[in-house]
Amino acid sequence: MSSTPIKFYQVGSFAIGNRLLPADDRSIQSDPSRTNALNSGHRACQGCGEALGARYALDAAMRATNEQIIAVNATGCLEVFSTPYPESSWRIPWLHSLFGNAPAVATGVAAALKAQGKSDIRVIAQGGDGATVDIGFGALSGMFERNDDVLYICYDNEAYMNTGVQRSGATPPAARTATTQAVGENPGNVFGQGKNLPRIAMAHEIPYVATATVADLRDLEAKVTKAMSFRGARYIHVLVPCPLGWGSQSCDTIKIARLATQSGLFPVFEAENGEVVASTPIRKRVDVEEYLKLQVRYSHLFAPTRRDDVINHLQSIADKNIARYNLLIDESESI
Amino acid sequence: MLRQVEGSKAVADTVAMCRPQVICAYPISPQTHIVEGLSALVKSESLRNCEFINVESEFAAMSVAIGASATGARTYTATASQGLLFMVEAVYNASGLGLPIVMTVANRAIGAPINIWNDHSDSMSQRDSGWIQLYAETNQEAADLHVQAFRIAEELSLPIMVCMDGFILTHAYERVDVPEQEQVDAYLPAYTPRQVLDPLNPVSIGAMVGPDAFTEVKYISHMKNLSALDVIPRAASQFQEIFGRSSGGLIRGYKLDGAQTVVIALGSVLGTIKDVVDEMVAADIPIGVLGIIAFRPFPTEAVRSALSKAKRVIVIEKAFQVGIGGIVIENVRASLRGSHIADYTLIAGLGGRPITKQSLATYLDRACKDAVDELTFLDLDQSLADSEIAREAGR
Repeated sequence: MSSTPIKFYQVGSFAIGNRLLPADDRSIQSDPSRTNALNSGHRACQGCGEALGARYALDAAMRATNEQIIAVNATGCLEVFSTPYPESSWRIPWLHSLFGNAPAVATGVAAALKAQGKSDIRVIAQGGDGATVDIGFGALSGMFERNDDVLYICYDNEAYMNTGVQRSGATPPAARTATTQAVGENPGNVFGQGKNLPRIAMAHEIPYVATATVADLRDLEAKVTKAMSFRGARYIHVLVPCPLGWGSQSCDTIKIARLATQSGLFPVFEAENGEVVASTPIRKRVDVEEYLKLQVRYSHLFAPTRRDDVINHLQSIADKNIARYNLLIDESESI
Repeated sequence: MLRQVEGSKAVADTVAMCRPQVICAYPISPQTHIVEGLSALVKSESLRNCEFINVESEFAAMSVAIGASATGARTYTATASQGLLFMVEAVYNASGLGLPIVMTVANRAIGAPINIWNDHSDSMSQRDSGWIQLYAETNQEAADLHVQAFRIAEELSLPIMVCMDGFILTHAYERVDVPEQEQVDAYLPAYTPRQVLDPLNPVSIGAMVGPDAFTEVKYISHMKNLSALDVIPRAASQFQEIFGRSSGGLIRGYKLDGAQTVVIALGSVLGTIKDVVDEMVAADIPIGVLGIIAFRPFPTEAVRSALSKAKRVIVIEKAFQVGIGGIVIENVRASLRGSHIADYTLIAGLGGRPITKQSLATYLDRACKDAVDELTFLDLDQSLADSEIAREAGR
């Protein structure tokens, strides 16, 4: 697959775009012989960003490794909706152990493969933001520090969705969750430093760190493919809107993910050995309000009283990201 | 080969001869010397085809072991005390997934108050975890039990804790006949996992099981654990055939013939107990000893049979259940059901307090005359405890 970003300017589906491309450059999902690592029939909600992100990521990993992968899964929506016994949607070897130990379990899988002389088989660990930034944080940092040969993918929907939308360390400021209710003088989640895991991963100086969203699935595929070209610890952080938890329309999952990037709230970039090496420029900048107003979790910022102070505060976070990752460079220069 | 060797070193060398493929460890006293020894064997390539992973916590240690075992590697780790508690969630997970991990527990007290010395409260807290638990009486047995443990674990696809008393065994230098590599190779076949993560034959391990099947899953694991009651003695007798010495098994009796009083215990304290009993037997007191090697599964029938002629049972325990009393005694009572045998519990050696021959002899002498309470704490400073309790009550 080409590593040059392919831009689709038509508003239609990717399938249309794929038909305009040489066969080798087409999306993995447009290939009728794709692997379907996560098969249909699972029990994810309609419009689930995580199910979409996981399928694209793992199919890309399978193609990149000649289908030689083992996946380890943290407890969470992805685990629950894919494997209610006796059913399983996984068409790859898959292991779920606990909520907070997926990185360490993956380390064990990789160590066993190495000891058995099977290092051609690659290991992917995956979990939601709770498993990644909170309960499994120590295990993840340990895996990074040892530079174990594992790609860890975080599907970030910014709260504990599986248990009923409680706040996590990845919940953004002002967002309403079941444990940060929209009541009081400062409704929703508190403003704090947040827990920016891609930057924490970079601080470990691991070979590869990237962010992606389900709004640009070809970018996600390309980053997974690139990640599989490295050995050692790698981290991809994928923003995956959750209609249930965010209070958004199921049909708006892709749109909301795109607005997150186009507002600057979710910067899309790559880093190697601790340094940012590439970022995806914003094509059509929007104010954060465009992103916020599609989600019930932010509705208290608009009614009954409009909270410009909070909205401006969120805008300043987006502005800071745009400056930090240089997201507004002229697109004609970037190609 | 006979060697004058530290217990931890004997265990490390023996574990290495079992050809583990993944070893993971986090430092905690008094287990450290074992994994230090193994790390040197891996680094020096005396132990080949083995990955030694230094992890960031005991929770990670057991998690690495889970991943490695599920990928078909023979896997070993060691821990103690707070470390065992820190990995508990993964301990239950390993047994639930049926992964034949072997773990040494260098028995140590649990805080607060923090205490690094020996008792059994760490491994006893995991008696319901679904792991097989074997308790070593000597360093020779500790070494031998590790060889047997890999064989039993892999035959049953169940994890095993080999429990050896911290410091008392781990740090003691004594004569150990450390197994020879050829003997271990003859005894221990290569690990053939029942289910393994393999891209050629993908399986999903660790699915969510609801009310419709959960009881059956738990019942099956109970029956599998109980089946170790057949496998453990067989492993011990086959061990004797190859190594020429008796080690392991479910229980071990000592001077039980004609014994009206039987003292039951686990681990290294059995040596002290036997010394005291020897003197009592020499004084024509009909007393014997029953050592329990396999505490999980509990050998209910074997213990019942061993106690069939006893009139009195004394259980000496290095741990207890706060709010009730002894732990081992509760299990022994299952073997006594329907009989009219008097039983007494002695809690001794907590947090490393020495269990002296003199204190034991005094207690056993009185116990043989039924002149002790149902529950006794050995060498308790009763006046200190009473004054503190009174002070608290007066607040």
